[in-house]
Amino acid sequence: MILARLIRSLIFGFFAAFVISSPAYSDTIAEIKGRGYLKCGVSQGLPGFSTADKNGNWFGIDVDLCRAIAAAVLGDAAKVKFTPLSAKERFTALQSGEIDVLSRNTSWTLQRDAALGIDFAGVTYYDGQGFMVHKKLNVTSAEQLLNASICVQIGTTTELNVSDYFRARKIKYKLVTFEKNDEVVAAYGAGRCDAISSDQSGLYAERTKLRVPDEHVILPERISKEPLGPAVRHGDNRFGDVVRWVLYTWFEGEELGIGQATIASLASSGRPDVRRMLGIEGELGKNLGLDNEFSKRILTQVGNYAEVFDRNLGANSPLKIERGMNSLWNKGGLHYAMPFR
Amino acid sequence: MAKSPSRVRDIFIQALFFAGLVAFLSFAAHNVSTQLAARGISSGFDFLSHQAGFGIAFHLLPYSETSTVFQVFLVGAVNTLFISVVSIVLASVIGLIIALFRLSPLPVLRAVGTFYVETLRNVPLLLQFFVWYFAVLRQLPMPLESYSLWGRVFLNIRGLYIPFPDDVSAVWIVIGSLVLGLTAGHFLNQYAVSRRRALGRFPAWHFLSYALPIVFPLVAVLLLRTRVEFLVPFLEGFNFSGGAQIVPEFIAAILALSLYTASFIAEIIRGAIGAVSRNQTEAALALGLTPAQVLSRIIFPQALGHIIPPLTSQYLNLIKNSSLAAAIAFPELVLVFAGTSLNVSGQAVEIMTMTLGFYLVVSLSVSALINLYQARALRYERR
Repeated sequence: MILARLIRSLIFGFFAAFVISSPAYSDTIAEIKGRGYLKCGVSQGLPGFSTADKNGNWFGIDVDLCRAIAAAVLGDAAKVKFTPLSAKERFTALQSGEIDVLSRNTSWTLQRDAALGIDFAGVTYYDGQGFMVHKKLNVTSAEQLLNASICVQIGTTTELNVSDYFRARKIKYKLVTFEKNDEVVAAYGAGRCDAISSDQSGLYAERTKLRVPDEHVILPERISKEPLGPAVRHGDNRFGDVVRWVLYTWFEGEELGIGQATIASLASSGRPDVRRMLGIEGELGKNLGLDNEFSKRILTQVGNYAEVFDRNLGANSPLKIERGMNSLWNKGGLHYAMPFR
Repeated sequence: MAKSPSRVRDIFIQALFFAGLVAFLSFAAHNVSTQLAARGISSGFDFLSHQAGFGIAFHLLPYSETSTVFQVFLVGAVNTLFISVVSIVLASVIGLIIALFRLSPLPVLRAVGTFYVETLRNVPLLLQFFVWYFAVLRQLPMPLESYSLWGRVFLNIRGLYIPFPDDVSAVWIVIGSLVLGLTAGHFLNQYAVSRRRALGRFPAWHFLSYALPIVFPLVAVLLLRTRVEFLVPFLEGFNFSGGAQIVPEFIAAILALSLYTASFIAEIIRGAIGAVSRNQTEAALALGLTPAQVLSRIIFPQALGHIIPPLTSQYLNLIKNSSLAAAIAFPELVLVFAGTSLNVSGQAVEIMTMTLGFYLVVSLSVSALINLYQARALRYERR
């Protein structure tokens, strides 16, 4: 099965190299409009970020970003085709044009930005890698995990961060790497590992899958910076701009208090910044190659960042993750929209 | 002998085809690299000398986080070969036993054999990996409650911990002397057999050919004894330090691979033995051979010709199936190299090509070796 996947990706690699002889720097926006829907690469199931229910409807913050892009470019947030991708497949899928945008809890790193032919358009969620342990171990810090076995899932920078963390502190450790997340959780549940390491948002999600979630605690250490964000193909700067400003629309919407809940009542607002966001004044959308109401559609059909966050990750979700670093800049967080001018 | 025109034409066509193939492949390679460059994706094999950066829980070669990506390839390849070889040996032995069960005159043994074959070969292998893995884990205690043997060997859910020399080369010296002893003993035995033809009995020194494989490693151990210190595992933090660790993933992978493949091998052996005419058994028994002799001297040598070709396929399948061990976290090639290293470097085409190349080379070598063996083993068979 794994070998079959291996062969498939090799064949795919050659296929991509042979068949796609069209210029590498194509016009993604025109392709999306011509096709009538956006092709969005998401995860194979990470609660809060991208999961499908049994009817095939997708939910999550990464999913909502693609809906927002579709609302901006095509006018309808529903015109998205989601492709679940493994960590291994994701970059190849984007490089080869199988998807238009990769919105799949992917960390923005120098190596990925520079060497893989992709560009990151911003950060949807500031995450960091952490550890989860059983409460009965009485561990309060990751520095106490001498000789611990750490279960991780393959396919991220996870292994590198764990190795770096323990190496820097000269703490012996054993890394147990699984292909699928379900096995990571099962092996941890069976006692194979003392700790699981993953992005903290992921740990909150995994904890809900364990038999008695309250018996497990997420340690305070963040051993890495994991800025998760959408990526597009390198070279198509126009589409990259659109994705970036769709994301900024979320933040600006929250900052100005424009969201699904309030947008109707703000239609007659006299504030110039609100009027620009709603496309009543200015030519902001035209500059992007869209129409001036693109941000209004995003905020109407998908909502602003606070609404998206609460619905998928925060207070109104099973995960109950605090805003923390993911607050807006004026509330002590890191999210900051460039000026809409 | 002068070449006939048709033979010349055949060679010409083959050369043309070969040249076409080479041209096509070099065009493909060129196309891939230029297309990757055009998309701003790095290509080439420079990444092999980059630092790996992550730990591997089970490695037979020296390895640390500061090793190179190429060492990841080697560690993964050796781990793949290691579980494959161990599983092939186990699968062959178990397969033979089950085949004999299935041919047994005792109905109980026949039923056991049939039950074994029909259950194991009809359940998907990946499922068997998980069943064995979680079954193995369930049996083992947590580190603080480890099973202990003389306070030196420990078994817990993290694995089996055994004392191990501080210098790994000592182990290789002992293994090397064992191989040397076996080789020397083999040739000595052949010489003794040829002398028997002349003397009418074995020469007095014949026992040496059996003693050498024991004496050689024994001498090596005695010589190394004072120079090597055994590191005994001791509890430190959450687990044992020192000594060598055999991870439970290894045990589960071996169990899954060998028990599954044994069910196919059993059927191959049973079929091959069945293909040897029954009259031969009767004739041999009539000559006064014991049933064991009949099997080992009469039936088995003839069955071998029917066993080897399908057995080769099973061995090759097993080697490729070993990649499924990635699902239960055994750090073999697909997991560490085509997995983690691929994710770190992102160079899918190069890494997948190397991985496929490895499996191809191993598979072709195994078939070549077995073909060679078959040609030798069957040279007396041909009429």
